[in-house]
Amino acid sequence: MDNLNPTQNSLVSVHNLTFSRGEKKIFDDISLEFERGKITAIMGPSGTGKTTLLKIIGGQLCPEKGYVTVNGRNVHHLKRDELYTLRKRMGMLFQSGALLTDMTVFDNVAYPVREHTHLPESMVRSLVLMKLEAVGLRGARDLMPNELSGGMARRVALARAIALDPMMIMYDEPFTGQDPISMGALVHLIKSLNTTLGLTSIIVSHDVQETAAIADYIYVLAGGKVVGQGTPQEIQQSSSEWVQQFMNGTADGPVHFHYPAKEYMDDLLHSEKSFKPLFTRQRPPSDRNTKRKRYS
Amino acid sequence: MEFFRCLGAGTRASFTKLGRASFFLISILAGISSVLVRPRLLLKQLHSVGVLSFLIITISGLFVGMVLGLQGYYILSRFGAEETLGVMVAASLVRELGPVVAALLFAGRAGSALTAEIGLMKATEQLSGMEMMAIDPIKRIISPRFLAGFLSMPLLAALFSAVGIIGGQIVGSGLLGVDDGAYWSQMRANLDFQDDIINGVIKSIVFGFVTSWIALFEGYDAIPTAEGVSRATTRTVVNSAFSILGLDFILTALMFGDN
Repeated sequence: MDNLNPTQNSLVSVHNLTFSRGEKKIFDDISLEFERGKITAIMGPSGTGKTTLLKIIGGQLCPEKGYVTVNGRNVHHLKRDELYTLRKRMGMLFQSGALLTDMTVFDNVAYPVREHTHLPESMVRSLVLMKLEAVGLRGARDLMPNELSGGMARRVALARAIALDPMMIMYDEPFTGQDPISMGALVHLIKSLNTTLGLTSIIVSHDVQETAAIADYIYVLAGGKVVGQGTPQEIQQSSSEWVQQFMNGTADGPVHFHYPAKEYMDDLLHSEKSFKPLFTRQRPPSDRNTKRKRYS
Repeated sequence: MEFFRCLGAGTRASFTKLGRASFFLISILAGISSVLVRPRLLLKQLHSVGVLSFLIITISGLFVGMVLGLQGYYILSRFGAEETLGVMVAASLVRELGPVVAALLFAGRAGSALTAEIGLMKATEQLSGMEMMAIDPIKRIISPRFLAGFLSMPLLAALFSAVGIIGGQIVGSGLLGVDDGAYWSQMRANLDFQDDIINGVIKSIVFGFVTSWIALFEGYDAIPTAEGVSRATTRTVVNSAFSILGLDFILTALMFGDN
C-alpha cells in the first residue's frame, strides 16, 4: 500500500480550490492531499482560513472553483441525504467543543448514536462508556458541559466524534488555550486514536511543536497559497522564508508585524488636521483663536 | 443621490431577509413531521415555552381584568348599565386584549428566550456541530420549538382571557357591588361563540405562528457574536410587537369590519 501513488491512496483530496469572503481571497487555487491512516496537519498564521478549509471539506461551505473529494466522492455534488450519510463517517472536533449544553456528558456522547442507530439502551451505554474510557473521562459522565474545563470539554467532544466509528476526524485548533498537561494529553490521545482506530486525521493548528511531533505530513498555508509542504523534518529544513518565519515564530518577515498603513511619520504629523474642522465647527468664532493656539 | 442609494440598498436588504425567512419557514414546516415521531422533544419545549409562561400570563391577565372592571364600571354606571360590565370585560378580553396582550407578553418572555438560545447555539458552534454529526438542526432544534410556540399561544391567550374575566368579576361584583348573577348571565347572553370566541382564538393562532417564526428566524440568522445575539433578541421583541399589532388591525378589519 505504501508505494502507491499518493493521489490514489488519499482519503480526502482538494483540487484547485478557490474561495473568497467578500473581496478577500481566502484560498487561491490550492491543492492538498490527505492520505489514509495518516495525520496530516494544516498550519499557518491566524486568519488564513484554516477552519474555513475544514468547513469546505465537511460540505458546510461551497468552493467557488475547484472541488473536494472525500473517499472518492465529490462532496459538493452530493444530494443532501448522501452528504449526511457521508458525514456520519466524518468526525469533527470544533475548537469550542460544541457540546450541547443542555445534556450531560453521557448524553452528549450518546446523542449521535441514538440519532443514527436503533441500538438498545444497554448497548448504547456500553458503547458510550467505551468511548469515554478511551478519552479518560468515564468518571465524568454525569457532569454537565458547563462543569468541565476546556481540555475536558474537548476530550468529551472527541469521544462524541468517534462515537460512530468514523473513517476520519478533522481537528479544529485542538491545542489552542490548553494548559501543558491537557495539551500533552490531547497530543497523546490524537496520536493513539489514529493508530488504534486506523483513522485518517486532519489537524488544523498553529501550535508548531505539538503538531510537528505527531503529524506525518504538514502543509503550511499563508496568503491563500500553500507556501510549504512535506514531512515535519522537511518543513523544519525548508528554505522558504514564509515557512521559516512561521516555524521559528519571528515577529517580522514575509508576514508583516504591521497591518498595512500609510507612512508612520505622515500619519502622526497629519493627525492634527483631522481634528481642526471639528473644533472650528463647534467653537464660536471668538473662541477659535485661543483654542487653535493651544493645539498648534 | 446618496439618499436613493441607501433607500435602494435598505429595501433590497429587507427583501433578501424576507426571502431567507420564507425559506426558513418552509424548512421548519417540512421538519414538523419528524417532531411528531419524537414527542419527547416537543414536550420539553412545550414546558419551557408554554408552561413557564403561565405565571406572567396569569398575573398580567388578572390585573388587566381588574383594571377593565374598574374603568368599565365608572363609565357604565354613568348610564346606569353596570349590569353589562360582564359583557364589556369579556368581549374586550376575548376579542382583543387576550390575544394581543398575551402575544406581546409571549414575545417578551418566550420569544426573546428562543432567539437568545438559538443565537448562542449558533455562536458556540452547536448548530454546525450537529450538522457535522449528520443531524439536521432544523428538525431537532428549530421545528420542536416552533410547534411548541404555535400550540401554546392560543392556550396562553385563553388563560389570559379567563383569568381576566375573573379579575373583572372580583373588582366588579366583589368591590363595586355589581350583581354577580348579572355579571355572568349578561356575559353568556351577549357573547357569541362563533363571532367572539372563535375569532379571538384565530387571532392568537396567527400571533403564535408569527411570533415563533420571528423569534426562531432572528436567532438562526443572528451574527454569531455577543453583540449580534443581543441585537437579534431586540429585533425579535420589536418586530414581534409590530407584527402583532399590525396583524391585529388587519384581522379585526376582516373579522368585525362588516358589523
